[in-house]
Amino acid sequence: MPFAPLVLATDALLWALVAAVAFYAWYCRRKPHLAAPWKRVFQSPAAVITSVVLVCYAAIGLADSLHFRPKLEGGDAYSPEVLSVLDLALAGLRERREKTYSAPLATRLYARETIELPDGKSTREFPRLRHGGAHLADESEALKDILIKGGFGLLAALILSSLIFLSTKPLQKRWADVPWLSAAAAWAAILAISLPTAMLAARYHVLGTDKVGTDVLYQALKSIRVSLVIGTLTTLVLLPLGIALGVMAGYFRGWIDDAIQYLYTTLNSIPGVLLIAACVLMMQVFVDRHPELFDTAAQRADFRLLVLCAVLGLTSWTGLARLLRGEALKLSQLEYIQAAHAFGVSDSRILGRHILPNVAHIVIITLVMDFSGLVLAEAVLSYVGVGVDPATTSFGTMINAARLEMGREPIVWWSLAAAFAFMFLLVLAANLLADAVRDGFDPRVRMGTVPV
Amino acid sequence: MLAYIVRRVLYAIPILVGVNLITFLLFFVVNTPDDMARMQLGTKRVTPDAIEKWKADHGYDKPLLWNAKEKTLTKTIFFEKSVKLFAFDFGAAEDGRDIANEIATRMWPSLALAIPVFLVGLALNITFAMFMAFFRATYLDFWGVVLCVAMMSISTLFYIIGGQYIASKVWHLVPISGYDGGFDALKFLALPALIAVIAGIGSGGRWYRTLFLEEMSRDYVRTARAKGLAESVVLFRHVLKNAMIPILTGAVVVIPLLFMGSLLSESFFGIPGLGSYTIDAIQAQDFAVVRSMVFIGSVLYIAGLLLTDLSYTLVDPRIKLE
Repeated sequence: MPFAPLVLATDALLWALVAAVAFYAWYCRRKPHLAAPWKRVFQSPAAVITSVVLVCYAAIGLADSLHFRPKLEGGDAYSPEVLSVLDLALAGLRERREKTYSAPLATRLYARETIELPDGKSTREFPRLRHGGAHLADESEALKDILIKGGFGLLAALILSSLIFLSTKPLQKRWADVPWLSAAAAWAAILAISLPTAMLAARYHVLGTDKVGTDVLYQALKSIRVSLVIGTLTTLVLLPLGIALGVMAGYFRGWIDDAIQYLYTTLNSIPGVLLIAACVLMMQVFVDRHPELFDTAAQRADFRLLVLCAVLGLTSWTGLARLLRGEALKLSQLEYIQAAHAFGVSDSRILGRHILPNVAHIVIITLVMDFSGLVLAEAVLSYVGVGVDPATTSFGTMINAARLEMGREPIVWWSLAAAFAFMFLLVLAANLLADAVRDGFDPRVRMGTVPV
Repeated sequence: MLAYIVRRVLYAIPILVGVNLITFLLFFVVNTPDDMARMQLGTKRVTPDAIEKWKADHGYDKPLLWNAKEKTLTKTIFFEKSVKLFAFDFGAAEDGRDIANEIATRMWPSLALAIPVFLVGLALNITFAMFMAFFRATYLDFWGVVLCVAMMSISTLFYIIGGQYIASKVWHLVPISGYDGGFDALKFLALPALIAVIAGIGSGGRWYRTLFLEEMSRDYVRTARAKGLAESVVLFRHVLKNAMIPILTGAVVVIPLLFMGSLLSESFFGIPGLGSYTIDAIQAQDFAVVRSMVFIGSVLYIAGLLLTDLSYTLVDPRIKLE
């Protein structure tokens, strides 16, 4: 085989999560009462548009979650460098490295260099880039070239978008409630940005290059995976703890309630960043002590990412547990639960059949709401130095590196701008979707007692 | 009232014991002091002698829980490092300075930044939320919410980096970073305070708007409107007063935590407060300081919970703490 597949722990969990979501969607389709709130959610144009955006992010993140090690040339060994399918797709961006900083769409470096002239003298000037715009014989053609390439990209986007708009007609007939036109508009906007970018990226560095000459667009795209992993895998720790402990505290009451309340007050009282920092510092010591556990640097970084998710989950289940405790407390007083008691239904059955389904909406709302907060937290934690592995590309490490570049004269703004744009779009989409989900699932909104 | 306070303070003890146990487990049981020593000294070429010396210097050369040699509980790491926290005896940091002393001096710059941010932020957020609630279901409200969601989707790091760049580097209004005592502090604190307030508007404004709207869907508001009261009177006289309870729930609990300072602002703007102290300690992997800050944070959080309960009695005559 020309490559050896490598399944990182976060890859496996991420794909398992995708499978779980797919199963949930399939299950919902068969149960009208479960599908109803989702139908309400997807009646709102905001939800549809943001889902389109999030699907694009998820696609990039998932393509970046299929890892392998290519075979080294002329040998049986596999490279220690771990690549992903996304790296393959962006091979051009990854390999076309410059010497150092270059501005977006520039043809020359951002720093002067001493260049030997043919006649033996030397001069200091901005040298041409190795790749950015290297196909041009005459640099002054650059603007024209960029406009033509961008124009072609826009044209392609226009054609594709009109096809998408045409295809909404039959969809609208089949599912009349969903605002398909909004979805098509979102796709059109994404195509209008991404296709010209793709056209230009083949010849230029659309978002410039960083200090060591890496393409910033490539970095930004690679950062998406970390955000998705942190935003989603954290829930794998958060959910079981939050649901089990919260519901049990509210349902059983008495000493169980006291014990669980004690547990979450204690955890809550430790400042979050400090608890995370303490856990991550300790994990670092563990990793340093056991180098034999990790074959490649990627696996070590991945372990760190996984532990970060677990730690974030351990520190953030308390909010969900408190909400569920209150709800379970209320539910366990209701007549139908008392009736179940009177019929001799066992506690575990009451919890599973009667309480859990009735708190599911709270769980879903919390999950969606937490996502954006976790993505933002990653950036802050990486700044503090307790986030992802410094070698991993993430929005946090990008901002951290870019912050020092703001002090340069003239300033290097594009790394920060790229991280800002990609992160802002992701978090904004997640926030808007969370609002739509909350409105769709909140029974009070449905009954019209709370204005939206 | 006094009995209630005493009872609550007594409740706090098991929680602090729990916090101590958790930090003890994290810091000493998951990893041994040997690992810490190796990390502090650098992973390569560490002689056993150097590790022993580091442990002896920092007081980590004792048994964890039970000193079998001297048959005592006191000469152990648990007693020396964890139990002593209860007496606010934090020991020395990695650089040899007394942590308690350091905290006492660094507390003031932290407070100088955190208190104005808290007060101005609270007032501004509530005003903005009232504005949106007053114009609810109009375009003003809609765009207000859009603005809030957009603002809360921006990482605090961007607010700080952007604000610092524009105000200090482009406009040269204030120094980029640093700190000075007395009135000079003002010019160093103005920008971080402004940025912190702006960064908080998004989530704060939206949160209070939800509170107000929830409150406005209650029956007494309908009654007030039916009486013919003007909407502004309803909002300011009735809704604002009744929304005090949920507002206090969120606001009072953080008051004691203001002591802890703000991690990001302080480290970006070079303010020598407790927030930057914490960050420096995390980055230098100074476990003694991190442990002390965890303990102080928990004490302050519990104090915040108690204050919240007490503040309810001030705004709601129905609540009596017995």
